[in-house]
Amino acid sequence: MAEIIDMPKLSDTMSVGTLVKWNVKEGQAVAFGDILGEVETDKATMELSCTVPGTILKIYAPAGSQLPVGAPICAIGKKGEAAPAPGQPAPAPKAAAPAIPESTGIPCLPPAPAASAAPATQSDGSRAKVSPYAKRMAEKAAINAGALAGSGPGGRVVARDVAAAASAPAVTAPTGPLNVAVAPPADGKGIQPDADVPVGGMRQTIARRLLESKITVPHFYLEVEVDAAPLMAMRESLNKRLAEAGGAEAVKLSVNDFILKASAEALRRVPAVNASWAGTSIRQHSAVHLSFGVALEDGLVTPVIRDAHAKTLKDIAVEAKSLIGKARSKKLSPAEMSGSTFTVTNLGMFGVTGFFGIINVPNAAILSVGATIKKPVVDAHDRLVVGHRMVIGLSGDHRVVDGANGAQFLQALKQLLEEPALMLI
Amino acid sequence: MATPAVLTHPESLKRPAGPSEYAKHPVNTALSKKEKAALYTKMARIRHFEQRCIRIYQQGKIGGFLHLYVGQEAVAAGTISLLGKHDHLITGYRDHGHGLMVGMSMNECMAELTGKVTGCSQGKGGSMHYFAPDKNYWGGHGIVGGQAPLGTGLAYAVKYMGLKGSCLAYMGDGAVNQGAVHEAYNLAALWDLPIIFVVENNGYSMGTSQERSTAHPGCLAKRAEGYGMAWDVINGHDVYEVRAKTAEALKRAHEESKPTVLEIFTYRYYGHSMADPDKTYRDKEEIKEYRDQKDPVLLFEKELLAEKVLTAEQVQAINEAAMAEADEAAAFADASPDPTVADITKHIYWEEDNRGPKTTSRGTIIFE
Amino acid sequence: MPVISYREALRAAMREELKRDEKVVIMGEEVAQFNGAYKVTEGLLKEFGPKRIVDTPISEAGFIGLGIGASMLGIRPVMELMFWSFSYVAFDQIVNNAGNIRYMSGGLINCPIVIRGPANGGTNVGATHSHTPEAILASHPGIKVVCPATPYDAKGLLKAAIRDNDPVYVMENTILYNDKGEVPDEDYIVPLGVADVKRVGTDLTIVAHGRAVITSLKAAEILEQEHGVSVEVVDLRSIRPLDEETILASVRKTHRALLVEENKPFCGVDAQVAYLIQSKAFDELDAPIHRVSSIDAPQIYCKRLEDQQLPDVNRVVREALKVLA
Repeated sequence: MAEIIDMPKLSDTMSVGTLVKWNVKEGQAVAFGDILGEVETDKATMELSCTVPGTILKIYAPAGSQLPVGAPICAIGKKGEAAPAPGQPAPAPKAAAPAIPESTGIPCLPPAPAASAAPATQSDGSRAKVSPYAKRMAEKAAINAGALAGSGPGGRVVARDVAAAASAPAVTAPTGPLNVAVAPPADGKGIQPDADVPVGGMRQTIARRLLESKITVPHFYLEVEVDAAPLMAMRESLNKRLAEAGGAEAVKLSVNDFILKASAEALRRVPAVNASWAGTSIRQHSAVHLSFGVALEDGLVTPVIRDAHAKTLKDIAVEAKSLIGKARSKKLSPAEMSGSTFTVTNLGMFGVTGFFGIINVPNAAILSVGATIKKPVVDAHDRLVVGHRMVIGLSGDHRVVDGANGAQFLQALKQLLEEPALMLI
Repeated sequence: MATPAVLTHPESLKRPAGPSEYAKHPVNTALSKKEKAALYTKMARIRHFEQRCIRIYQQGKIGGFLHLYVGQEAVAAGTISLLGKHDHLITGYRDHGHGLMVGMSMNECMAELTGKVTGCSQGKGGSMHYFAPDKNYWGGHGIVGGQAPLGTGLAYAVKYMGLKGSCLAYMGDGAVNQGAVHEAYNLAALWDLPIIFVVENNGYSMGTSQERSTAHPGCLAKRAEGYGMAWDVINGHDVYEVRAKTAEALKRAHEESKPTVLEIFTYRYYGHSMADPDKTYRDKEEIKEYRDQKDPVLLFEKELLAEKVLTAEQVQAINEAAMAEADEAAAFADASPDPTVADITKHIYWEEDNRGPKTTSRGTIIFE
Repeated sequence: MPVISYREALRAAMREELKRDEKVVIMGEEVAQFNGAYKVTEGLLKEFGPKRIVDTPISEAGFIGLGIGASMLGIRPVMELMFWSFSYVAFDQIVNNAGNIRYMSGGLINCPIVIRGPANGGTNVGATHSHTPEAILASHPGIKVVCPATPYDAKGLLKAAIRDNDPVYVMENTILYNDKGEVPDEDYIVPLGVADVKRVGTDLTIVAHGRAVITSLKAAEILEQEHGVSVEVVDLRSIRPLDEETILASVRKTHRALLVEENKPFCGVDAQVAYLIQSKAFDELDAPIHRVSSIDAPQIYCKRLEDQQLPDVNRVVREALKVLA
């Protein structure tokens, strides 16, 4: 008896997956555990492991298809057996495999682990699947349930999806494609072809989460300039020592590692910032789980260093390095990308002097770190000297954090960065 | 081949019909002239009621099945005329005669046939399901033989309550091949129940003659011997004989609490039901012979004329009155209203019809 | 409160009602001298004598019909079927006579009979002795059907059934006969048609009856411990009358429903319950209703397989997770 293999649910929030590639062909024998192909979820590209030994009878979903969880992707059975008709028709595959867009800059907000993408209104115009209860809830809340992303089986919009949407202020988001057509280049040559680039799961999540955060969270912004000279000196000294030690000790500390460590310590001193808005209450978090943005070619992800408040600078450096490696090869597990309490983004390496990130909900704040640049400063003796200055921005959720808390946090952070030895205590 | 049948017919049936040999039986001599005239009147009423039904059926006012009792009147009349306060009866679907005998009105009987709310069962039972528990009449049952165990239950209840009574459980000759009847026989004999199983043998189980339906056909009553029960055969054309022999069985029930099987030989003039073309299994000559020579109403009429209980004029008057009563019943049924749609869901549960703090049921009993 | 078995609870119900009402008679195969095929009526003959406790021949159509006839005259027979499977030879009596007589007589005749006995699979006795006819019988207006799952309910429902003025068919379960639970000594009834929330929860409603309630409660515990899911278990107790409000109230709370029964799935009790939920709480549903029933085949003899044919805890957990997806 042939078995139909469905689009698997590979993360807690996955409702739609993109079949990035198939490793097998129709007619090919497969054993339990064979890697049949790769699926891109809203968070990562993951391997599709074979759970039914046999022969691939039919591939319903060609590479490049974007399918809801539960949609049939292939059938496995005995060699020569007829492939069964899939229980539900596989949605028409996208025209082409998603072209990976050139990196055009790095968004400041990484995708948070949260509800998935994929609107319940099918791209082919078929009826949106909405549970009766969700439909009624949506009617009460004046929400267009058909336009929501369904997290239920087969992309069904269920109560939790409506509840999430209802907790956000009403947004009149365009449901159809925006009119973005512009005149072709006068010289006919242009910088790139006119094209509609299909949007993958990660991009959709980024788009949705950023929009949701920017619209629903009352951001406020604080900025402080830090004297980075002591930090630079300490970093140089420590790296020299670590390099000399060699072997397992051979870790190179980045500026970002210091900022992560300092952030964890600053949160310890001003824990009000280590919190979340919970609708009717503010949830204080006892642990600091630090998330930081890692830019990828087609987006970005936010791996999390758990219990950063209890880790040494070196621990943090080693773990960050490992997470960055996994992120770039898209091997991060969902668990490694979820559950943060505070986020650090850094565009210093691009020479950006200062900026404000969009809060990574449900965090209460995000730290945006600029480049360390040399500039003339007036020192304690009123002399004009060459300074190493770094501008740090804090975007805060005003529902959770007020200006004064935010300022105290930045004050603590500034102190730690300017007297880095304090981090050691 | 089955063993050749040994016909066990009542002696009186072996001779040409004449004056009843049982006229002098004490149960009959005990009847006053008035009581005899009343008994005749009841038989005539059954006859005319049933014949009136034919026309109404043919007018399309009676639906479904209509099983007529014409020809069998002496069975119900003879047996039921003997019953007292604690004697109960139950029968199959040929139940009009019994109903009229226990005192149901022609109006309620006719209105039931036409499905009117004024019917004895408020239009919910129909021809096969007459009931008058206030007159000890427990129906009126549509499934052949299914009433036999109920009859044993009625007899059981009478005995349990310590009453001197009985139950007469009627059935047709077709029913004796039903398992439920044999189970009832066994229980009745096993527990000494005061019951009389009355087999109204009209010769045909629907369209199948006894020879074609029943092993060892000549002795339906004799099957009682297999259960150690008393039995008797009765000429059902002679109401005096019916009364005389039934009285013995009743005495057995009342005095000894013992069951009896009575096989009463009778004949129906019409088909099994009105849906029966009555052409395939018997010929007209046979029907004519019974009508002319063994008609129970005519025979009793002759008897009473000879006894000078009634005059020819009185007989005519009784028959005319019965016909008029049947006409009036037909008019009553015509004029009566149908039950309402809301009535459909009444009388299903006592608990539903009597909802109150003391009833033990809650929840939804009747569903949309 | 005394802790007694389901079997003892049934016996207590009969004993109390025999004492309360002299019209109550216990009747059935082996109920008196033999003390009951499953010992439910043990000791009653000694206590009440042969008039009240009556052994019948193996003759279901006969003695059930007799009981029905007697009930028409006001006796309150409590008839034991050794197995409800044996009701099939008495079907005409049970359905046509008991179920119809009040209706066909326009309300003139009542039939206050109780028929009780085990109706369950899972005892390795093959298809003919493993029928669960509650759905078949409850589909006939005029008849009431109850399926107690616990000793408390067994006593309360049987007493209510005996006092009820309509035919009530009590379907027990031999596997539950030794289950123990708290049962008050004093007189109480569990009204027919009142379901019982046996476990309170918020994420999923499981509707069950009979032994499936016990299975569902075990599954609910696993769902809580291993999956962090809060499950409400509604025990129907009565199939007809059906407590629609308790079912609907629970579904309105959890928005998801799983229906569990030991019947075969086709036209089972839960087919009716599923219809009820979708018709009266359609807008409350956040997921399709799922069912767990016996595997759709005559009851298999082989014990290992029969245990799998019936709904077991694992199957209920698996199906619950599907409803919760």
